[in-house]
Amino acid sequence: MRIADLSARLERLGSAVTAHVWRLGFASRFLFYLVMHSGTALRRFRLTIAEIYFAGVLSLIIILVSGLFVGMVLALQGYETLQRFGASESLGVLVALSLVRELGPVVAGLLFASRAGSAITAEIGLMKATEQLSAMEMMAVDPIARVVAPRFWGGVLSMPLLAALFSAMGIFGGYIVGVQLIGVDAGAFWSQMQAAVDLRNDILNGVIKSVVFGIAVTWIAVFEGYDAPPTAEGVSRATTRTVVTSSLAILALDFILTALMFTGGTHQ
Amino acid sequence: MNRSAIDLWVGVFVVAGIAGLLFLALKVGNLASFSTSQVYQVQAKFANIGGLKARAPVKSAGVVVGRVADIRFDNESYEAIVTINLGYEYQFPRDTTAKILTSGILGEQYVGLEAGGDGVMLKNGDRLRLTQSAVVLENLISQFLFNKAAEGKPEAKEPAK
Repeated sequence: MRIADLSARLERLGSAVTAHVWRLGFASRFLFYLVMHSGTALRRFRLTIAEIYFAGVLSLIIILVSGLFVGMVLALQGYETLQRFGASESLGVLVALSLVRELGPVVAGLLFASRAGSAITAEIGLMKATEQLSAMEMMAVDPIARVVAPRFWGGVLSMPLLAALFSAMGIFGGYIVGVQLIGVDAGAFWSQMQAAVDLRNDILNGVIKSVVFGIAVTWIAVFEGYDAPPTAEGVSRATTRTVVTSSLAILALDFILTALMFTGGTHQ
Repeated sequence: MNRSAIDLWVGVFVVAGIAGLLFLALKVGNLASFSTSQVYQVQAKFANIGGLKARAPVKSAGVVVGRVADIRFDNESYEAIVTINLGYEYQFPRDTTAKILTSGILGEQYVGLEAGGDGVMLKNGDRLRLTQSAVVLENLISQFLFNKAAEGKPEAKEPAK
């Protein structure tokens, strides 16, 4: 009795693990097929431009406003701590480094996942549920090349630009609060920032992060949409899963990338 | 929304994104500083470099004239060899003194150059003979305590008499 219970539990665990590994493999093959069949999306670039409009341009407002406020809050909180040590001139360094290295790519990625990733999943999932994808196949149009690939490349191209705008807006917000409102010296704010922020170590690594997050989020979004059960409930679940999985993926990838980028390079 | 409006907005978005990247590279980072101008290298040996790091500024009279390119350990003299990149527009006499200094009390360490009086100027690959090591706080404190102890001894005996 006991042993039968235990083996049933082990079986459930095993089947769950197998299902996840199988799904990961399926997602990887999907990505491979998608990249191999991106010719149409890149040759007929207008398809991708339309997707950049939906994923990038329409996310601009939320990205810019959040960036501005994140920068302003960083400046307020940072000033509160720094002035205790008489180091309030380093406010620019604090705001710029935290935005460029971490907050820019990560928060922009999270916002992008919930604003654009969920929309991509819902759109593709609904196309599948209403059998538009099957109809395309009937007309000998590859739905992955025609529908999925432009959305993928649109998201991948939009994400680094959005992260850069987020960081730039955040630094501008930090400047407004730190220099204009609190009264930190403007010269010290910019010159200390320029002395501390390195082009390769900080800015380039931040851009690399945003590219990786863009690929991860859009990949998860298009896969969940394409893989969604063709029912109303299935599409709604897939949309939720996109946001949850891509948020977790961003945070986990961020930890790995940070560990590789910023601890490996310090001892020279 | 028609096609040309979408194209226009995507164009605006891409230009804004690239402008953001350029803003980060030029205004926030230090792309424009020192990477383009020509430099010559000199070396200096220090008994102790304290917390000096590669890419630390090299200053003379408070003006940044170069950067620390490399720090290595010399296995024969057990000293640190610091390689310094100096801008070609800054020429120093051969008997220039290099010191490791600290900006502020807890600030970062930098190399300070003090020009000497020699007529011959430094060339690429030269070595600075006169150096002064970093001040290590522990050594300073122990020196101070030793001096205090040496001072205190005779006085401490007197009231006991």
